[in-house]
Amino acid sequence: MKISYNWLKEYLDIDVPATELAEKIERSSVEVDSVTVPSDGLKKLVVGHIDSMEPHPESDHLNVCQVNVGEEELLQIVCGAPNVAVGQKVIVALPGSRIGGNVKIKRSKMRGIVSNGMICSLEEIGFSKSVVPKEWADGIYVLPNDAKNGDEIYDYLGMNDSLIDLDVTPNRGDMLSVYGTVHDVAAMYNLKENLDHPNLIEGKTAIGDELTVAADKEAAPIYKMRLVNNVKVGPSPLWLQIKLWNAGIRPINNVVDVTNYILMKYGQPMHAFDFGKVSGRKVEARFAKENETLTTLDGETHQLDPQDIVIADEKQPIGLAGVMGGLNSEIEDGTTTVALESAVFNSTIIRKTAQRHNLHTDASQHFERGVNHGGVEEALDAAAQMIHELAQGDVDQGMVIANDEKIADVVVKITLTRINHVLGTELTSTEVTHIFERLNFGVEMNDDEFTVSVPSRRWDIHIEADLIEEVARIYGYDNIPSTLPTGRMTIGTLTPKQRIIRNSRSTMEGLGLSQAISYALLNDEEAKLFSMKASLPTKLDWPMTVDHTTIRMNLISGLLKDIAYNNARKVEDVTLYEQGRVFYRTENQVRPDEEEHIAGAISGSLHSEAWNQHHTETDFYEVKGIVVEYIQSLGLNGEIDFEATTKYSDLHPGRAASISVHGHEVGFMGQVHPQIAKKFKIKPTYVFEINLQALIDMPKSDQQYDIISKYPAISRDIAILVDEEITHQQIVDLIQKRGGAFLNSVKLFDVYSGSHVPSGKRSLAYSLTFLDKEATLTDDTVNKAFEKVEVSLQKEFNVEIR
Amino acid sequence: MSLKDRLSELLNQGLEDLKSTSEQDELNELRVHLLGKKGPITKVLRGMKDLSPEERPVVGSFANEVRDRLQEAIDARKEEIDQKLLTVKLEKEKIDVTLPGKPAARGNAHVIQQIIDQIEDLFLGMGYQVLSGPEVEEDRYNFEMMNLPKDHPARDMQDTFYITKDILMRTQTSPMQARTMEKHDFSKGPLKMISPGVVYRRDTDDPTHSHQFHQVEGLVIDKHVTMADLKGTLELVAHELFGDRFDVRLRPSYFPFTEPSVEADITCFNCGGKGCAVCKHTGWIEVLGAGMVHPNVLKMAGVDSDIYGGFAFGLGPDRFAMLKYGVDDIRNFYLDDERFLNQFSMKG
Ligand SMILES: [Zn+2]
Repeated sequence: MKISYNWLKEYLDIDVPATELAEKIERSSVEVDSVTVPSDGLKKLVVGHIDSMEPHPESDHLNVCQVNVGEEELLQIVCGAPNVAVGQKVIVALPGSRIGGNVKIKRSKMRGIVSNGMICSLEEIGFSKSVVPKEWADGIYVLPNDAKNGDEIYDYLGMNDSLIDLDVTPNRGDMLSVYGTVHDVAAMYNLKENLDHPNLIEGKTAIGDELTVAADKEAAPIYKMRLVNNVKVGPSPLWLQIKLWNAGIRPINNVVDVTNYILMKYGQPMHAFDFGKVSGRKVEARFAKENETLTTLDGETHQLDPQDIVIADEKQPIGLAGVMGGLNSEIEDGTTTVALESAVFNSTIIRKTAQRHNLHTDASQHFERGVNHGGVEEALDAAAQMIHELAQGDVDQGMVIANDEKIADVVVKITLTRINHVLGTELTSTEVTHIFERLNFGVEMNDDEFTVSVPSRRWDIHIEADLIEEVARIYGYDNIPSTLPTGRMTIGTLTPKQRIIRNSRSTMEGLGLSQAISYALLNDEEAKLFSMKASLPTKLDWPMTVDHTTIRMNLISGLLKDIAYNNARKVEDVTLYEQGRVFYRTENQVRPDEEEHIAGAISGSLHSEAWNQHHTETDFYEVKGIVVEYIQSLGLNGEIDFEATTKYSDLHPGRAASISVHGHEVGFMGQVHPQIAKKFKIKPTYVFEINLQALIDMPKSDQQYDIISKYPAISRDIAILVDEEITHQQIVDLIQKRGGAFLNSVKLFDVYSGSHVPSGKRSLAYSLTFLDKEATLTDDTVNKAFEKVEVSLQKEFNVEIR
Repeated sequence: MSLKDRLSELLNQGLEDLKSTSEQDELNELRVHLLGKKGPITKVLRGMKDLSPEERPVVGSFANEVRDRLQEAIDARKEEIDQKLLTVKLEKEKIDVTLPGKPAARGNAHVIQQIIDQIEDLFLGMGYQVLSGPEVEEDRYNFEMMNLPKDHPARDMQDTFYITKDILMRTQTSPMQARTMEKHDFSKGPLKMISPGVVYRRDTDDPTHSHQFHQVEGLVIDKHVTMADLKGTLELVAHELFGDRFDVRLRPSYFPFTEPSVEADITCFNCGGKGCAVCKHTGWIEVLGAGMVHPNVLKMAGVDSDIYGGFAFGLGPDRFAMLKYGVDDIRNFYLDDERFLNQFSMKG
């Protein structure tokens, strides 16, 4: 809400710079979005009088005006506005001036005629189109007759005001009004506010003779109306128009403008109906009926919901309560009798109605945040008085009331000890009493306890904590000391799970993979790919886009999308890992299980190409090396096994392996199936995904120092020609089984299949290392063991030893 | 010529000849010539038998001395030649040290992870636990127990991805306040925790909005935790993450689960507090929200609000990273462009 500093000054004796006030408001009350002065950036805009005017000889719509701008010589200005006329006081942009949008105006020629400047519309000097009165929407603006030629125009149009735009939090609805702001600023600066109160002169006609009202108690706990007869609708005086347009509201006429003015001043939404258009004499606030419709003032027709509150006459709805009036009871030029409504509507219902009809108005926003129940009547009286003064209306005697409430202060008790205990301050009772007094709350002190009476204008305050906040903000957060929590000692350590997750990340990074954080909400298909476990997808009830509808059941899809993003930008070497959760759900489960996973994806080359490093595309074995190194780093009990698998249909069927640790399957790795790669639009990519939670839960081996043998090891190499169907793992397993007690390690050092070996065969070469930690091995012992291995290989796998 | 004179002559001649040797082979030849079995010294020694028994030991020891001195001189010369050869060899092995090194593969932590780790470490050091909660959360924890009953207007501030009426993608890490308070045994000590994690909002992704982002929740509950403690803690966080030269200011704000509620601003990075477009000419940039835990939240979690109380805060690592590194588009954090990720490889 934009608050006019000039308006505030009508009630407060304050003269600090606007930016300083804004900072004070921010530190004590609510956020300030901006402080703007409408005249900022404008230059050389003055009042001019059109002394004479003649049509432009070369144009059918331009006029050549002779304008008196307070100088000896008249200024000749060519003007194209349809409403320009002799005798008008107008806004003149002199040569060298600057108008709205930072446009400079120079002396120029228009179709051969010299034009020394420009006669301006409100929009041209920076007014938003939405606040320009309809009367001036399509032409230049005409200033009041008493405007002095040559004067700067800003003061005439209220443009030297500072407009402080408050971003009011939901709890401080009271700040959505000038009076509310005045109260708070008065407390901040310890000032006395000089508010004015209505002094309504009523006519002789009793309202009850003309109008009765009824209202649903839940929908409208307070509902009151006044009636004003013999109204003469016309434009509002300029001072009122200025207040409205500076607040961002378009002036319309002296009745509607009054209701808007009252809303801004008191924060009480007010609606005016043309009573002449109302059927019957009874107005009612009730819930809408099935199939009722209403066309609101903006021309939109709404199918009403039985949860909407409407204002209705005896025949039909005439307004959407607390939101917007109906077109069928609109105040127009010919309106003579005005029914003024001042009420409190149920904030939840209004919020839902505003949402349902996508109709968020100033009124609805006020009702949503609550209004001062104690101010309903004063606002109604003030509005009636203004219509009487500005539109010569006769106000009926009394008001009609459907529902009313007894207004009483809310009493909250709090001790000084409690305040200081929570704030960490050492305030005295005098200081605290003074703060409550500045806020204009009633306060009584008894021993250590304050009894605080909070007026209805601060409906946000109910409990101790609310009072503590009031004390804190008026005392000033800057004045509160800075300390750290004391009290009993606590130990801050990561849990084993957190430590493993952290270690996993740093191992991955050490192995050359960068951490990715991709979106967990994917499309349905992506969410289901690469799934390690049968699971139902968990879907959003109302997604924002088709790209993010379902929670992931794998991490790889996100990484593949990342790779696609990179590939599309010509980044072809992508090496990523992600640690995050996947979400599994069974039939009877609504909330899915969240399982920690870690996954990686490598596309292109792991090692960047350089003058001394060839580009080598990554492959299965490079990624396998990473996986093994990673799992080993966790120090788990048991062996890591890889087994060919075809159960992941999204992987290349011949290049996929399941990963097990100590016989428990914990994940998989392989090449992304070319068809999937094509769908994602990515180059060949190798991936792995591991159930990190499973690794976390596995028993860890106690790391023990392994004695480094003093005795030398002996190595023997063996090269074999073997059927391609026999896997490396089978061979290693057999060697280890038959290699005897001193076989220390088996290392593959060559694999060859090609033109030098028969088809269907491949050649493998292993280095076997034997070691006795207790004694020097003899050649004899080693030879015997080695022979056993050779024989077994020949027997079991029919290998040819080369 | 006496044998002794002959030996002296051999010594001098030998030392002279050594000076002119410059190759290993030459030196070797000379050594064999001088000290070998067929060499002149051996020859001289053979003539010893003609000497008197008195002379023999004198000449003998002199001959040994000559032999030793020659050996020494040869060794020294050898060392000289070796050194010279090595120098030549090393000279030949010279490389251009300015050629680029072989690229080593190194990955790095995501910039948001780095910030979360930094926050975790700071709070671990102050005795906080790090806890994590479910990303798919119950409405009850995400909203109701955070003092946001159904129909609370503040729910509109957070557009929510619902799964069902009661299950949703958590919109904040605050549900961890309720979850931990419910479980905590206050007789064992205060509750001090932070809870980092991913949160989701029903938002259209654009440079300043993301439907997925991160939060770190903080909560301290004990018998005497004050607003001053909150202020000191938030200042510490700001100084740790951004540097000591940044000032912190607290402003009143509103969150349903805290009362009083505050927002913390730090000095604008861009202008140092003078005011610029980035800070909307205020000199301050909002970095986090906090407050004293609302008594309703304590009560709903089964904590006696007359005895216990404390503070809570929530901060956004995404926003921190954007501010700290001048990242102008939040979507960068979730697209994983290598060229973006690799910019944050400094460990500092
Ligand atoms: Zn700035």
